[in-house]
Amino acid sequence: MSGLRPRPEAFLCLLCLLCASAGRDVASGGNETWREGDPHQRDNSTAHKKAFPVLSFNYDYVREPFEISLWILLALLMKLGFHIIPRVSSVVPESCLLIFVGLLVGGLMKAIGEAPVKAPVLDSKLFFLYLLPPIILDAGYFLPIRAFTENMGTILVFAVVGTLWNAFFIGGMMFAVCQIEGAKLASVDLLSCLLFGSIISAVDPVAVLAVFEEIHINELLHILVFGESLLNDAVTVVLYHLFEEFSKEGTMTVVDAVLGVVCFFVVSLGGLINGRSHLRPPGRLHVPLHLPHPSHRAPVRLPLQLHGLPLCRGLPPVGHHVEKMNLPHRTGKNKCFSESVHIEALMLIACGVMMRPYVEANISHKSYTTIKYFLKMWSSVSETLIFIFLGVSTVAGPHAWNWTFVIFTVVLCLVSRVLGVIGLTYIINKFRIVKLTKKDQFIVAYGGLRGAIAFSLGFLLNSEMKHMFLTAIITVIFFTVFVQGMTIRPLVDLLAVKRKKESKGSINEEIHTQFLDHLLTGIEDICGHYGHHHWKDKLNRFNKAYVKRWLIAGERSTEPQLISFYNKLEMKQAMMLVESGSAAKLPTLVSSVSMQNIQPRAPGRRRAMPSISKSREEEIRKVLRGNLQKTRQRLRSYSRHDLFIDPDEDNVSEVRFRKQRVEMERRMSHYLTVPANRQETPPARKVCFEPEHRVYTYDDSESLRGQRDQPDPSDAVSLLIESPQRARGDAEPRPKVEQDEQMKLSRCLSDPGPNKEEEEEEEDGCSRS
Amino acid sequence: MGASQARTEHKYQDLADKTGLKKKRALTSICFMIMDFLLPHCSRENLDSIPALANNPIRKQIVEAFFDKRNQHQDEVGSFEEIGFEQFLMVMSHFRPPTLKTTEEEKEAMRKEKLRFLFNMHDTDNDGTITLAEYRKVVEELLSKSGAIGQEAAKAIADAAMLEVASTNVPHMAPDDFYEGITFEHFEQILKGLEMESRMHIRFLDVDTTTMHCGKSFS
Repeated sequence: MSGLRPRPEAFLCLLCLLCASAGRDVASGGNETWREGDPHQRDNSTAHKKAFPVLSFNYDYVREPFEISLWILLALLMKLGFHIIPRVSSVVPESCLLIFVGLLVGGLMKAIGEAPVKAPVLDSKLFFLYLLPPIILDAGYFLPIRAFTENMGTILVFAVVGTLWNAFFIGGMMFAVCQIEGAKLASVDLLSCLLFGSIISAVDPVAVLAVFEEIHINELLHILVFGESLLNDAVTVVLYHLFEEFSKEGTMTVVDAVLGVVCFFVVSLGGLINGRSHLRPPGRLHVPLHLPHPSHRAPVRLPLQLHGLPLCRGLPPVGHHVEKMNLPHRTGKNKCFSESVHIEALMLIACGVMMRPYVEANISHKSYTTIKYFLKMWSSVSETLIFIFLGVSTVAGPHAWNWTFVIFTVVLCLVSRVLGVIGLTYIINKFRIVKLTKKDQFIVAYGGLRGAIAFSLGFLLNSEMKHMFLTAIITVIFFTVFVQGMTIRPLVDLLAVKRKKESKGSINEEIHTQFLDHLLTGIEDICGHYGHHHWKDKLNRFNKAYVKRWLIAGERSTEPQLISFYNKLEMKQAMMLVESGSAAKLPTLVSSVSMQNIQPRAPGRRRAMPSISKSREEEIRKVLRGNLQKTRQRLRSYSRHDLFIDPDEDNVSEVRFRKQRVEMERRMSHYLTVPANRQETPPARKVCFEPEHRVYTYDDSESLRGQRDQPDPSDAVSLLIESPQRARGDAEPRPKVEQDEQMKLSRCLSDPGPNKEEEEEEEDGCSRS
Repeated sequence: MGASQARTEHKYQDLADKTGLKKKRALTSICFMIMDFLLPHCSRENLDSIPALANNPIRKQIVEAFFDKRNQHQDEVGSFEEIGFEQFLMVMSHFRPPTLKTTEEEKEAMRKEKLRFLFNMHDTDNDGTITLAEYRKVVEELLSKSGAIGQEAAKAIADAAMLEVASTNVPHMAPDDFYEGITFEHFEQILKGLEMESRMHIRFLDVDTTTMHCGKSFS
């Protein structure tokens, strides 16, 4: 950014471009016609000759996309801006600031009057079909499954029973309030109150996410409140429709009530089943990507848009097989078909939750990163927009303020939430192992924030009380988001609530988690008790036997969880090594323990290395090579989809990179391998010496020869790989092997020759020895 | 029936005190649940023959744990050939969960006890440490149902895990030092994050078992 200087030529070019593109006539009605300067083509339509329009605006044509992009731009700027002002963002949660911005913008638009930009009101269609789904999908995809399923009972009780309690309590009490003389509310009948209660009772996932994300509370509380907010959607919908129907008809019978309950189950189960069934087996999206030139390294395709969901493809350097995707690609279409817009919330959650293990098992690391960041970005923009629009709609909408109604609503919301949580926890604690303490209860009660869902539902109302209800809803939303949102962080600190612990992904913990699972299942089997673990084990076995085989491509379908965890960990650490360079410190690098310290002493001490399977070795090697090696880019055919390192950057960073590499070598030799004592040849083992770091980026090969006689062996090694096939056979005398290897490898790896040949040479080089 | 009832009640009271299982109902329900296939004394073959255990990859270790004398809290070593109900209950008592009334020290003691149980399961030769060979065996057993992929990777995983333990607990070792094995303290250290006292439990030991169908009724 600092390198750019504004140049006058650039501005001129921009201006010319604008003129050229805006060179259309402004027709009075707003439809555009491209009129040539040549008059005799239009002789019949125009009476007189018009001057050539040099610059004209046709705003109506671009109005809608222009407005949308303006809003998104505003959202992004706000999000960035808040993090530049450090003190504000630590006191006030982002959601409050965004609402505030929305208020300002709305006020501005109102002050201007007939503004060029139409004020967007948070109406239901916009909200439920465009703004909410990305957030829900993101939430479902990244839901911590283990915590969620362990606490499923509690979450369901809070979501269903808690919301019902809230709705009826608030509705009933509001009706009582409305009967008070002098409140001028006598016209509000019971059903309207109940309807209002059902709208205002639901905890909102967007608001909860926005606030809880910043306070980093421990996982249990987070999943309780968040899970509740996700699942109470079904209850809210059913209640809403129920009361709406009844208030239209005026009476209610038992049959109707029963039907309402049935409707609830239909909505929730339908949503879940729909979401589950959208998994597709791999191979359906088998698009043959062209390999542009065999000398290229694997180009990474930019994310493709497929039916609204992003996919990313990466080609491995060896072989031509294409990664098989199985992301559900019909989610978008189904939105139109779902009977109620709220089924889709549950459907999205179920979809996201269930597809995740299969998606992650199928795609490469880069694709995974792309999906992750895309989902996060999309949901983040959505959330920002929601809050801004909430602010704007507040200013825009017609209000009917009634002191009694509003104050009682706010008070009753708080009271009912607290009572509900306390009562339910008392019952739930009888069934829980890890009981919820008073502190936990307080946080759960306090974290019951209302948000935009309540507003949109209120917007759908059709009664004459609509404005009064809306005002009350907005007040409650503002109160919860501002007051509760701002104070929850100091309260969490004050009460010393447990925070989220940073888990580093320990392989020991994973081993023992699995061990415990099996152990407890075994104990339950011995006792003949069909408990929690028994069913979980059965589900896992079913999953492995049938579902995984179908949905996961290749050999990964049989990969046990421990191994995939271990592989992921290794990949992550390899990437961290590469990307950190000299800056960051890996925790393991602090210690000087390496493999040789833990190997059992045996005569003719063998330097055993962590052996990695071949394909994994390929991947790690690819990662390391891609970052360590910089080959001079030959001129290639340009393609928009290829993400290559810019050749111009090479010059600038090469020096720095060399320094980094030296640093890295030193660290890698500590972490990954043993500094090999060349004389001690392990007779029984076969190793293939892959001195990857020896690949240099010089164009001339003289420097290579000069580098070869580097004296210090301890700087040398990077990855020692032992492969099972090579375990047989004898080893040649080691020094000769090693030198040969080095020559061959350094030559072939540094030469940016054809991709396939390289690999073959490498393979041959290794296997020949 | 009255006299024998009183006698068995007394015996169960003793058992309850010894094993720490406070709820008498829990005892009786376990008792009835296993009574139909457990003889007065149970041997390894009996436990091995439970069909549901067949799919469990660590079946051998689990069965062995029941016969391990170290789990009886009587400072003996070795293993039994047959166990009685008392020994069985003693092993089961390792799986009781904490309640709301459990104090912090009790929770700590409980956690130590459970970790000790796990440690004993891994440390088969009872030398006080889990050596690399033993740890490799553990991981191999865990992956034993996964075919060829499991066998290759088991060694790598065990090595990496051992390395992790060593680097967390003994951060600075000279190149010639040798890390003997995972001691109990190191074991506690690396599993600190797992909150063993709430994870390692069997549910029915806590719930008031009025729902259990009992042929006889003890008070």
